[in-house]
Amino acid sequence: MLEIVIFSTLNGILYGLLLFMLSSGLTLIFSMMGVLNFAHASFYMLGAYFAYTMGMEIGFWPALLLAPILVGGLGAMVEKFGLRRVHENGHVAELLFTFGLAYVIDEMVQLIWGTVAVAYREPDYMREPLFTLFGTDYSIFRGVVILIAVLMFIALWFLLKKTRVGMMIRAALTHGEMVGHLGHNVPRLFMGVFGFGCALAGLAGVIGGPLLATEPGMAVTLGPIVFVVVVVGGMGSLIGAFYASLLIGLIQTFFVAIDASVADILNALGMNVDPYGEVTGITLASLAPMTPFILLVLILIFRPRGLMGELEP
Amino acid sequence: MLKPIFTFLAASLLLVGTAASAETVKLALIDPLSGPMAAAGQPAFEHLKYETKRINANGGLNGQDLEIVGLDNKVNPQESLVQLQKAIDSGVRFITQGNGSSVASALISAVEKHNQRNPGEEVLFLNYAAVDPAFTNERCSYWHFRFDANADMKMNALTDYIADNKDIEKVYLINQDYSFGQAVSKAAREMLKKKRPDIEIVGNDFHPLAKVKDFTPYVSKIQSSGADAVISGNWGQDITLLVKAAAEFGLEAPFYTYYGASSGVVTQLGDKGVDRIYQINEYYGEFEDPEMAKRQTELYEQAEWDFYYLRLSTMLDMLKKASDKAESTDPVDVAKVMEGMNLETTTGEVVMRAKDHQIQLPMFISVMKDDMEYGAEGTDYNFKKVARIDRENVSLPTTCRMRRPK
Repeated sequence: MLEIVIFSTLNGILYGLLLFMLSSGLTLIFSMMGVLNFAHASFYMLGAYFAYTMGMEIGFWPALLLAPILVGGLGAMVEKFGLRRVHENGHVAELLFTFGLAYVIDEMVQLIWGTVAVAYREPDYMREPLFTLFGTDYSIFRGVVILIAVLMFIALWFLLKKTRVGMMIRAALTHGEMVGHLGHNVPRLFMGVFGFGCALAGLAGVIGGPLLATEPGMAVTLGPIVFVVVVVGGMGSLIGAFYASLLIGLIQTFFVAIDASVADILNALGMNVDPYGEVTGITLASLAPMTPFILLVLILIFRPRGLMGELEP
Repeated sequence: MLKPIFTFLAASLLLVGTAASAETVKLALIDPLSGPMAAAGQPAFEHLKYETKRINANGGLNGQDLEIVGLDNKVNPQESLVQLQKAIDSGVRFITQGNGSSVASALISAVEKHNQRNPGEEVLFLNYAAVDPAFTNERCSYWHFRFDANADMKMNALTDYIADNKDIEKVYLINQDYSFGQAVSKAAREMLKKKRPDIEIVGNDFHPLAKVKDFTPYVSKIQSSGADAVISGNWGQDITLLVKAAAEFGLEAPFYTYYGASSGVVTQLGDKGVDRIYQINEYYGEFEDPEMAKRQTELYEQAEWDFYYLRLSTMLDMLKKASDKAESTDPVDVAKVMEGMNLETTTGEVVMRAKDHQIQLPMFISVMKDDMEYGAEGTDYNFKKVARIDRENVSLPTTCRMRRPK
């Protein structure tokens, strides 16, 4: 029992941090530019594939550094030559642009790397157990992932709160035009933020690739969940995205271990339902993969602005 | 001036096209060629294309060349019906499929309806891997032939082997949440109860098909249940990721699987899979027969995929034998001859039982080993034979009441 709790917590936090890495970039881009970047998960996929290809030549750690920079650079190009031109046509046009971009990236990946998953794995020395508890190993790689995610979070906080650039970003979040009037190069700021957001997604891909499979469908699998995180956390709130990712990661991981069915819960509350019915027989374990979306529906019903979002003025 | 030249060229190309297709018999493979389960469909496609060269070199189907057409369905039943119609519209009369009993179920119904409404244009469905037992029992169809042992037959053979192993006292079941996965779980529970009532089933999990990317929570659960063995019918991405997570977390319990040798497993697991991943299949990875060894090395050289399933070759060989014997490539004639037909294969004689169109064949339990002469996926690992279960012991009775055409 205790080992399930310990390992589910560790794995839930790991998964939550990975989701946060992805959704932080999306939140930044949305807060700054009002663009919901549908292609965000595709940049995550590109990060994984770039790291796979580069890792074969130069090793894991250099690839960890270079792949996100490459993805960020690609993102900046997309912003400068694509999004900027679409910007004047309004938000819907930008949305459609990123939507189409997602499809294009998906197909390009299949063309270049094939339709089957590639064997992107962490280096062998990282597959050794970091520690062994109750007979279960916890690999070094997972520890490294948690470390990288925490470091990234600290670096992001530092960037936003303690640097000039961060000050400009925070200002442009609420008073974009004024920042422009004050003489700052807002378009360049936008390009930088978009590129940075994509770089974050790329970093998530470099570590997420070995954890979850590296295959052309990885963007489609994780994409919707990232949106759920952003909505549940509150559009535009980084702290909200953090809480939401951890919440989703922990709930999804814990639910798998719980074999209690809907009937068990209702009966424990005093009701009297058939434990083998179609609906009442569903266990929390089989609901686990659905939890992000159930959470989405619940949040939209009871608190549409999200956990930490602000009310519409 | 150019327009009439182009029209003439286009017309002559069309003629050339149709002339060529009149000579070949097309077999359409409706399977996932992209998407999360592509690693289950692509190797089948390559294996079929490779074996077709041999079939054609030996005279093809009653003198006509066989051609494999690949149609991507992404394991989606609706998409499969679209592809089926596409195949029928381009003159295909033989279809094959294997990945996903959900798809096979839709195809069986569609083929039945089509054949009923279009006499003279019948289509034959050669099923190479969709093993829901229903298809050769309550849902048997004259136009469907299954070339793989069904899920109950496989569990029958597997539980015989497990029953003999006195070290196993607690078994954990984990399967995909659809007709096939449910069938595997049910058969495992019933047969283990009968053969080894002392074995305790410490877990029975179902997860959505091809959706779970991270099996670590399930592995945690298996670990804490104290299971001595895990039984799983998972295939494609679901088995590869499951055993990968199990290896990563140092789960000691061996896995008794239907599809443990799926592509990606050997590369992802390496040493951690040796002596831990068992598989029940109609063949194994030793290739003692030099002819089979040749096919493995050639196929890997040409397509970078291993020799996939012996039953695919058996299927093509039986199709050839039936066409040659019936002296026709019309599905009606082929079907009449194919039921009840036998074939000599490298593992012994196999028979296509006429009563339910279920192939009867010997099965093998194999385990992943190192230092194999013919390694899979370019490594030194492959599956070594551990036990043979003869055809008679694999066989199960059927409840099929087939409606035959007059």
